[in-house]
Amino acid sequence: MAYGTHAAHGAHEHQDHVPGFFVRWFLSTNHKDIGTLYMVLAATAGIIGGAISIYMRLELMNPGVQLMNWHENPGHHWNAMVTAHGLIMVFFVVMPALIGGFGNWIVPIMIGAPDMAFPRMNNISFWLTAAGFCSLVMSIFIGGGAGTGWTIYVPLSASGHPGPSMDFAIFALHLAGAGSILGAANFITTIFNMRTPGMTLHRMPLMAWAILVTAFLLLLALPVLAGAITMLLTDRNFGTSFFDPAGGGDPLLFLHLFWFFGHPEVYIMILPAFGIVSHIVSTFSRKPIFGYLGMAYAMVAIGVVGFVVWAHHMYTVGMDVDTRAYFMAATMVIAVPTGVKIFSWIATMWGGSLRFPTPMLWALGLIFLFTIGGVTGVVLANAGVDIALHNTYYVVAHFHYVLSLGAVFGIFAGFYYWIGKMSGRQYNELFGQIHFWTTFIGVNLTFFPMHFSGLAGMPRHYIDYPDAFQFWNQMSSTGALITFASTLWWVFVVFHTLLAGRRVGANYWGEGATTLEWTVSSPPPFHTYEELPKVTAAAHH
Amino acid sequence: MAAAEHAAHKHPYHLVDPSIWPLIGSIGGVLLAFGAATFMHPDIFGAEHKDTVAALGLWKIVPGLALILVTMWFWWADVIRESRIYHTPVVQLGLRYGMILFITSEVFFFLAFFWAFFDSSLYPGPENMPMRSEATGGVWPPKDIHPFDPFDLPLMNTLILLTSGTTVTWAHHAILEGDQKSAVRGLLLTVVLGIFFTCVQAYEYAHAAFGFREGIYPSVFYMATGFHGFHVIVGTIFLIVCLFRAMKGHFRPEQHFGFEAAAWYWHFVDVVWLFLFFAIYWWGLGNAVPAAH
Repeated sequence: MAYGTHAAHGAHEHQDHVPGFFVRWFLSTNHKDIGTLYMVLAATAGIIGGAISIYMRLELMNPGVQLMNWHENPGHHWNAMVTAHGLIMVFFVVMPALIGGFGNWIVPIMIGAPDMAFPRMNNISFWLTAAGFCSLVMSIFIGGGAGTGWTIYVPLSASGHPGPSMDFAIFALHLAGAGSILGAANFITTIFNMRTPGMTLHRMPLMAWAILVTAFLLLLALPVLAGAITMLLTDRNFGTSFFDPAGGGDPLLFLHLFWFFGHPEVYIMILPAFGIVSHIVSTFSRKPIFGYLGMAYAMVAIGVVGFVVWAHHMYTVGMDVDTRAYFMAATMVIAVPTGVKIFSWIATMWGGSLRFPTPMLWALGLIFLFTIGGVTGVVLANAGVDIALHNTYYVVAHFHYVLSLGAVFGIFAGFYYWIGKMSGRQYNELFGQIHFWTTFIGVNLTFFPMHFSGLAGMPRHYIDYPDAFQFWNQMSSTGALITFASTLWWVFVVFHTLLAGRRVGANYWGEGATTLEWTVSSPPPFHTYEELPKVTAAAHH
Repeated sequence: MAAAEHAAHKHPYHLVDPSIWPLIGSIGGVLLAFGAATFMHPDIFGAEHKDTVAALGLWKIVPGLALILVTMWFWWADVIRESRIYHTPVVQLGLRYGMILFITSEVFFFLAFFWAFFDSSLYPGPENMPMRSEATGGVWPPKDIHPFDPFDLPLMNTLILLTSGTTVTWAHHAILEGDQKSAVRGLLLTVVLGIFFTCVQAYEYAHAAFGFREGIYPSVFYMATGFHGFHVIVGTIFLIVCLFRAMKGHFRPEQHFGFEAAAWYWHFVDVVWLFLFFAIYWWGLGNAVPAAH
């Protein structure tokens, strides 16, 4: 019995016996508290990662170097900021928020489990992520930063970075990766072993399906990254030559290993957002999701095919033309299950009794903007076209449409959908809608012009650009400022909600919200279920 | 933590008490990373402190490593203590899932090193990689490399590990029969064979005809067999813990998952060795002349 150290207390009393501050937040074995911790970490890291992107956008506001020239080597400093922004956003914002945050909070409740399968291991997953974040911060401040981008390609990350920054970045990935692998095993075990009676896999809510597929991707992809960066570490410090041609090694080996992890990683970031969107669209259409099984297995298909497309990130490295043809075809196949999801969301809304509160706006924003990013993804999947667009701002636009405007919109959608459930207090609808529309305008103003500057040939990873690109860059930088202001507004919305939000009951969305979390109080009891709920065929997903 | 309270639940799951070990272990992780970075970069605090930092040598990783080892000891001691009361059949099933998934992730960790091996051994001298061709001479094993004779000590190590797989199965059947004496004997034999394997591997390393820094072949060979050797040591320690638990009578015919997890892990280590033996030692020998011991 967790928290049952006061054995003298009656059995009925301890259900909501919440431990003291230190024990509750530092030694936690409670999935909801650990989920909250993950979200606090993600929000903090998100503000830092966002501030870094504002720093970069201000530098790019005008041609020439005006902001970063305080640094002795502004070009390297720029690249270090790119790396910090990328690694923070991927490993310490999107993954902790979607998987550690919403996954932890919601999935056990949705499947009718009282907690995760391994509650104590759940906590080390969180603290290892925090430890990784510490190591990444050290990488920024000790030794001038790693200027490699999040892909840490050799030889730049090997002989090109003799200082300790790169090693701290590698250790950050080791620590956060270990935490994520343990978390993945925890989620899979929870979902396979702790579904409540009647909750068959084919009755399981789509968010649980999304986290299940995501967890498998993490479990199989992250160890390969761990192996790759371990070899990088020994190449850097102990004289091996895995990636050094002078010793018979192969730089391309690192690229293959990285993207064997890196491509599943992008689905790791978007699949949980897909899960969240499915629930929101269904709730606010007051209809069950259209094509439930197709939706679930589309995610499985995306996960499986996602493992065999990695080299489409490497079209320009000199691969055999047959190899490129294969990766091109395989990549385009992924558009099919993705299309299944997009069209099923639209079909869910078709004929529905639609409402448009803030979470629905974010979900619709995701569907719309992710589709744009998906379409530019199909463009980039063409090996021939990619030769021209590789490493231009077109690619930057593409992956920000699927991540910043996809995964991050999913995070905000989930936040507005569930914050009442998590805190017991509801956000202010007007405030939420202001947040959505200012962000929507801001991010589109930031990233849409990058398609044009990219098509015109503006390369990534440079602190400066020719005057001809100034128009699009000023537009992007203005959009970034709007987005950041909107994000600070969101911080206000969070505090306003937690301190002054209207108190809400179990199911504040009413008809349409049918999953198990809407059957328990807001916030749910410390241990959600003392007695397991029964699920029948009539009431599911 | 009264069992009476446990009965108040109407579900079979184990809700774990708050624990300090996840926090301590993670702090150990950061300290280990920091210690390793100072080990690799003695000038990290500036050139004036370089000699002082360098003088500390490997001691810099001790604090982090110590916290991690302490965490492992006390955390798993907690698990063993809890298992007697809280590990219901459903919880045991969850532990099985967890161990299988952990081993799966380990398989993919080794995939990275096998990928490196096949990348270099299948393509030792491609036309578009002139520097590699020059370094390897376009052949595998690379020129000037005298690998081990696979049918010398490596074959013996294969037999040692395969035999240890049978002794651990003997111990398992003994536990199922409730025969504590045979279980202890089987485990003891497995542990001895595991230590024997590690000793042979250490002897082999000490007599290798190539050094760690001498190009791609030693890189791949030492990394793959080294990580395997590390896993053998981890598995041996796991089995030693099981040996002591078996002597104390922890394992009952109906509940002995701690032993089973160790056995699964041991079989995993065994299978990785078979792949190493067949791929790197045997197939990877090619037409090379093995070094004489």
